[in-house]
Amino acid sequence: MKTFKLGGIHPAENKMAASQPIEEFPLPKQGIIPVSQHLGAPAKVLVKRGDQVKTGQLVAETAGFISANVHSPYTGKVKKIDHVIDASGYRHQAIIIDVAENEEWEEGIDTSGDIIRQVTAEPNEITEKMKAKGIVGLGGATFPSHVKLMVPEGKKVEYLIINGVECEPYLTNDHRLMLEKAEEMMIGVSILMKGLGVNKAIIGIENNKMDAVEKLQSLVKDFDGISVEPLKVKYPQGGEKQLIKALINREVPSGKLPLEVGCVVNNVATAYAVYEAVQKNKPLIDRIVTVTGKSLKKTANLKVRIGTKFSELVEYVGGLPEDTGKIVAGGPMTGKAITSLDVPVIKGTAGILIMNKKEARQAEPRTCIRCAKCTEVCPQGLEPFLLHQFGELQKPEDAEVNGIMDCIECGSCNYTCPSNRPLLEYIRYGKAQTNEMIRNRKQK
Amino acid sequence: MNNQLTISSSPHVHGNWTIEKAMYGVVLAMIPAMLVSFYMFGLGALRVMLISVIACLAIEYIIQKYLIKGPVTITDGSAIVTGILLAFNVPTSIPTWMLIAGAIVAIGMGKMSFGGLGKNPFNPALVGRVFMLISFPAAMTTWPKPIMSRQYFSFSGLDEKVMDSITGPTPLGILQEQGPGAVTPDYVNHLLGSMSGSMGEISAIALILGGVYMLVRKIITWHIPVSYLLSSFLFAGILWLVDPTQYADPLFHMVTGGLMLGVFFMATDYVSSPMSKKGMLIFGFGTGVLTILIRVFTPYPEGVSFAILLMNAFTPLINSYTKPKRFGEKLPA
Repeated sequence: MKTFKLGGIHPAENKMAASQPIEEFPLPKQGIIPVSQHLGAPAKVLVKRGDQVKTGQLVAETAGFISANVHSPYTGKVKKIDHVIDASGYRHQAIIIDVAENEEWEEGIDTSGDIIRQVTAEPNEITEKMKAKGIVGLGGATFPSHVKLMVPEGKKVEYLIINGVECEPYLTNDHRLMLEKAEEMMIGVSILMKGLGVNKAIIGIENNKMDAVEKLQSLVKDFDGISVEPLKVKYPQGGEKQLIKALINREVPSGKLPLEVGCVVNNVATAYAVYEAVQKNKPLIDRIVTVTGKSLKKTANLKVRIGTKFSELVEYVGGLPEDTGKIVAGGPMTGKAITSLDVPVIKGTAGILIMNKKEARQAEPRTCIRCAKCTEVCPQGLEPFLLHQFGELQKPEDAEVNGIMDCIECGSCNYTCPSNRPLLEYIRYGKAQTNEMIRNRKQK
Repeated sequence: MNNQLTISSSPHVHGNWTIEKAMYGVVLAMIPAMLVSFYMFGLGALRVMLISVIACLAIEYIIQKYLIKGPVTITDGSAIVTGILLAFNVPTSIPTWMLIAGAIVAIGMGKMSFGGLGKNPFNPALVGRVFMLISFPAAMTTWPKPIMSRQYFSFSGLDEKVMDSITGPTPLGILQEQGPGAVTPDYVNHLLGSMSGSMGEISAIALILGGVYMLVRKIITWHIPVSYLLSSFLFAGILWLVDPTQYADPLFHMVTGGLMLGVFFMATDYVSSPMSKKGMLIFGFGTGVLTILIRVFTPYPEGVSFAILLMNAFTPLINSYTKPKRFGEKLPA
């Protein structure tokens, strides 16, 4: 079975929510819709205080090449436009909507459960539709998806790679989606293929989700050019460079995009959102969120409207346990620890992880014993111990020479360090310094 | 409630690998060799082991507590590893005070003077051993015979009166003095540990067992042991092919002296060996060649300690020239 070669770790999977079917989460009383839910420029607000909005109505529009539209996930009244702290920990502009009791959808959106199999949209229509409906990468990076379809002159795409790896421990939202929305997702993949003009797509899934592999394999006969490939479990296989390496044995050159080796990578949840946008005319206003943790009474995979507060989701699974020590937006390897549950679900929220006191306990960092474990597990072939030093000593030149910008921030080095050194934290710090240095150099 | 939440940057989980697990893993891996030495040399071996470990721990404690006045970290296991390795590297007849002097140099000079664990450029146990070899050449090259020396135990070392009758040269010593014709290759006994020598080096089998354990537990990687073994075997083999009457066969070199001890337990020391796979291979290769070079072409019958220390000195240089291959470094053709 395939996997990537260089480095990697095997953290405990803890996918407790894997057998929980997706549940439709009720509408919140009030929703907080940040205008910056994606990578790139924040969207420009189109509504004002007191405006009535319908479900699916455009409320903030794209403000740049790399930016994305934002739609109202509910029917109701705009209470105010304010700046609120979101899961990133920063204050961002957001539209706060009081949700009305009776839902009214924007015209032209197909809310029925019927599966529309015939793809009639032309490639340029597909790109336009994805842009209009605010589709962003749902694997975590939230890069505006339509931009990936606009292949620059001179570049040729051979493969569409679909990421169903879900290598983050605890998270099961992609897994459930592949099981329960398999056909819609596959149609989404074929739409993306058409949009890109490629005839080959590979869906990579780790072999801890063989039910999803079998489910999708049972459907491939109806879809030309799509294949499903089980992969040996190894973190961080969901990193796009590692996934491409595992599936077609090509290495994306340092500092380059997957396009360089003829690939475009999209997440399974993105493919599903593309299906909804193109076939059902539905904007990206909801997503599946895994709510999980060892001390929770139950775990769940919830289909949640964007803007719903984390606290409501946690309440649904029995409330915050007494022994809560840490709350993470996302998975335990790359997620972000948050200070409060009063933050909204956004397009990039894959999960909420509640860690108990014991799990949250942090060991004191100790001296580096030069065991080289971090070098051994780095999937990018870097020397984390060295980059950590350059970050700490503020030496961006040395950090750059030693490839700090190649770091994908997977956290494998931190995970494996016997001295509990905050390797990734300092590498991030070093990356910020190096970025600034590169910017200054370009200005000269 | 909220003010008790931990906020830290990702990742939020840890693999639970610790310094202690690595160090005590090494200690566990040395137990077979330790048992062989107890069997072969009796109470004398136990005496050397206890004195060496206790002295190393005590010296680290004293330095950390009273000289540096910082945190005391003697429970991390690294001083125990140094203590056992130092004991492994001396004959069981060594007088107590010399051993303590060796421990002071090993921990004090070899480790703490550079800043303690993780900072020492040389393997501390070998620094102590080489110090003792140079300072006390007679005591450090008087080798009790296995089994025979068991009954003559004394706290201060070996009884002077019986010294001559129960000590004898190591196989490598004989080789050095009289050439390959004088050594009758007795691989089975050499493997099991029935030969004169430092207390921990005698049984190749026990050391290999420990080495395999460390490889399985992923405490060490194969790179240094394999390249060290291969290069010393090849180099000794070439010499032997050139002139079998003047040079011993490579297998003899493999099972005698401190080679296996060096290969698995001393060249693989985390702190003083290179960080990259490539670097480790170069390091192992260099150590192997130097070991045979010293054994064959210098007045010293054994070269493992010197070879490792010399290569330790090259580690920073090797590190800066052997970067791991980065992902996507080579552009596709």
